[in-house]
Amino acid sequence: MLLVLVRRLGNVIPTLLAVIALVFLLFSVLPGSFISGMNEDGRSVIDPAVMERMRKEMGLDDPLYERFAKYVGKLATGDLGTSFRTREPVTKLIAVRVWPSLKLVFAAMAFAILVGVTLGFLAALKPGSLIDTVSMVTAISGLSLSQFWFGLMLMYLFALTLNWLPSFGYGDGGLRNLILPAIALGVGPMALLARTTRAAVLDVLNADFVRTARSKGMSERLVVKWHVLRNALVLVVTIVGLQFGSLMGQAVVVEKLFAWPGVGSLMVDSVFQRDMPAVQGCILMIVLFFLLINTLVDLAYVVIDPRIRYG
Amino acid sequence: MKWGTSTWVGGSLVAIAIGVAVFAPWIALTDPVMDANLMNAELPPSWEFPFGTDAQGRDIYSRICYGARISLTVGVVSQICNSLIGVTLGLTAGFWGGWWDDVVSGLTNLMLAIPSLVFALAIMAILGPGLVSLVIALGLTSWSYSCRIARAQVLSLKSQGYVQAARILGYGDFRIMFTQVLPNILGPLIVIATLGMGGAILAEAALSFLGLGIRPPFPSWGSMLSEARDQIRAAPWLSVFPGLAIFFTVLGLNLLGDGLRDILDPQSQTRRA
Amino acid sequence: MTAPLLKVDDLHITLEGDGASYNAVENVSFEIGRGDAFGLVGESGCGKSITALAVMGLLRRPLGIGKGRIVLDGEEIQNASAARLRELRGSKIGMIFQEPMTALNPLSPVGRQIAEMFVLHQSASWSEAMDRAEDALRQVRVPSPERRIRDFPHQLSGGMRQRVMIAIALACRPDLLIADEPTTALDVTVQAEIIDLMAELCAAKGTAILMISHDLGLVANMCRRVAVMYAGRIVESQGAEAIFATPRHPYTKGLVDSLPRLGERSKRGRQRLREISGVVPSIAAYPSGCRFNPRCPSVTDICRSAAPDVTALGDGLVRCHHHE
Repeated sequence: MLLVLVRRLGNVIPTLLAVIALVFLLFSVLPGSFISGMNEDGRSVIDPAVMERMRKEMGLDDPLYERFAKYVGKLATGDLGTSFRTREPVTKLIAVRVWPSLKLVFAAMAFAILVGVTLGFLAALKPGSLIDTVSMVTAISGLSLSQFWFGLMLMYLFALTLNWLPSFGYGDGGLRNLILPAIALGVGPMALLARTTRAAVLDVLNADFVRTARSKGMSERLVVKWHVLRNALVLVVTIVGLQFGSLMGQAVVVEKLFAWPGVGSLMVDSVFQRDMPAVQGCILMIVLFFLLINTLVDLAYVVIDPRIRYG
Repeated sequence: MKWGTSTWVGGSLVAIAIGVAVFAPWIALTDPVMDANLMNAELPPSWEFPFGTDAQGRDIYSRICYGARISLTVGVVSQICNSLIGVTLGLTAGFWGGWWDDVVSGLTNLMLAIPSLVFALAIMAILGPGLVSLVIALGLTSWSYSCRIARAQVLSLKSQGYVQAARILGYGDFRIMFTQVLPNILGPLIVIATLGMGGAILAEAALSFLGLGIRPPFPSWGSMLSEARDQIRAAPWLSVFPGLAIFFTVLGLNLLGDGLRDILDPQSQTRRA
Repeated sequence: MTAPLLKVDDLHITLEGDGASYNAVENVSFEIGRGDAFGLVGESGCGKSITALAVMGLLRRPLGIGKGRIVLDGEEIQNASAARLRELRGSKIGMIFQEPMTALNPLSPVGRQIAEMFVLHQSASWSEAMDRAEDALRQVRVPSPERRIRDFPHQLSGGMRQRVMIAIALACRPDLLIADEPTTALDVTVQAEIIDLMAELCAAKGTAILMISHDLGLVANMCRRVAVMYAGRIVESQGAEAIFATPRHPYTKGLVDSLPRLGERSKRGRQRLREISGVVPSIAAYPSGCRFNPRCPSVTDICRSAAPDVTALGDGLVRCHHHE
């Protein structure tokens, strides 16, 4: 277990460093970054003298590698820089957003797993049946939906028309406010999980060891319970891990739609306010979170699949 | 070769979307930008305005027709960028191996670590809103699938007879890659590209919805939704129809991709999923 | 003579596909007595494995029993309910499969996979079943079974895994053990051990064996009687020794000639092992007449037009127009 963790962190750290370097380069080298002083029409809106002073203050005229070293050094102490807008440390801005974001992402994934895996299982156990068709139509539709549009429709139906649930906002952080954004966000991974689970279960049902199980005189229900579930789970877990990435991307839009106070909506707001340190901080936060999730998924493998522990 | 139902249904949906985009000026009822008429503001769907009108009194149906042009263009062009980048990197990495392979693998892992929508958002933040930045942002951020597939396929093809034969005949590396290897891995790549196009259209819609894509008054499906959002209570049809347009187009591409996969790449039922 | 343990009578197995229906197996009949050992030999694709699956009641779409009877211990089972077949599987018939690598669940400890048998068929509690699984492992001579029951399949060698399979198949003392190419995937050195183990355990428990293999030598060593299958039909059946001494069907002769025999080389000098030319036809393209005719060295016109009937010959039977 520990070995896997160490080995996995050995992968995470270089990737994280590479992402930091990429983000740093993007925002320091490309035009329009940091202080371009231009608005969208290309007119300069900041007095050149002021700009000069800001550049000095922020050390933007130092050589690139020096700035990068400084940047990484600061990151290591948890310092993500200072927001242009609020003049507060970005770390502090993000810190209050992390919990709502986590709640949303995990709630969405829980919905996706619950519905998606169930649909996929039922579909695979009776291929060609009505439930199979319904599941797979649901799945391909879910994959083709704009999650924010779906959210908008949910909002119209359940909040504005039926008045069952609040239409947007965090409220007191309770479940009622969480339901709609979580479903809107979860519908994509739900669809993919339904498809993968179906494929995985069908795969496992054709495996030799399932034939062995049948030759033992086991009922189909026990075959599934004792031999199919766990093996299909291995494949499903992979997809869950990978789906967290796109889930967090989509979360940006869904958070914005539902005015959910998460890292994603902070990122969008910061983009519009051209608050680059905050944008950078949000990206790094999201990537860090994604990498951590994948580390957890690898650990989950170790628990599920004995071959990894020893091999 | 059996053309399944999903190929037919998906192909038809895609064909309709393309038809609408190409013939927009002929099938649209009004000019999507200029024909604003406050007398007709926010009318629900009727015979005159099949999908209703927006706050400026513009016909939603006509705007959706023209919006197809932008959405499909962004989808196609950015997916071509992704395919070109992915295939070139994947082919060369698989073919040459060595340090270049390590570099490409590193890049691919890097791309996979950053959610592509977040990456695109960051690029949009730097480049500013607009059609060109949109295509760049979407065209640079999701090539990792095609790259992985291309690389894996090259590795398995490299040892096969006809590639070896081409080597012995003294063909150059690029000639072998593009004349001997590429045609043989085209099937899976077309599948990936078809599915990727759907993804690009969804991403365009998301970015435009956030206000970072196509700016008003020009209609893309995403920017129409962005404008419609505040009026969801008063004029829900503003949101319903552009969303359905996106849904059916992407559904068409996904079905087509699935169908093509069964035809072109039968071994890999689960590869992408 | 008492009634046989297993009687397969005129079994047909159909394959549905592309709107057509084919007979993958036709007119297959044989009998196995209690404690007897019977071998079914043929190239891959000849229908021997699906015959075994039919006996187990494990045929799955698109395969199915077309007609014929399977009688196990006086009970017709070709139309038995799924529940009845489940009762029979494991308790009265055990089966060993070819691939020990994939035939065991990779995510379940081998002890548990054996113990399942006692839980399923003898209503044992799990802890009791695990104790008996340990005994079962000891019987198949897996060293230190008390530790091994907790091992996962990937921690065992191929031979050890096949021992586990034998332990599973024989756990509930079935009357019949079906072994489908049990040693094909194993190292040659391990093969003999596994065969000896199977023979010994079955003899001790009075279990009959239906041995399925492409290896005529192996089958003839282990079994009292042998049937040779070709393209879905039994073409010859005889006692194991007789089949080597007097093979009657040209296909059987081919099989015998393709076996290396000790001492032959010195007698006849350096001689190539003979092979049977051509390949097994696919189910959809069985030739008319005798199905072996395209590959047969002594083919005549009648072989191409009429399918030969079964001819009883002494102790056995043969399906050939030109049997000797």
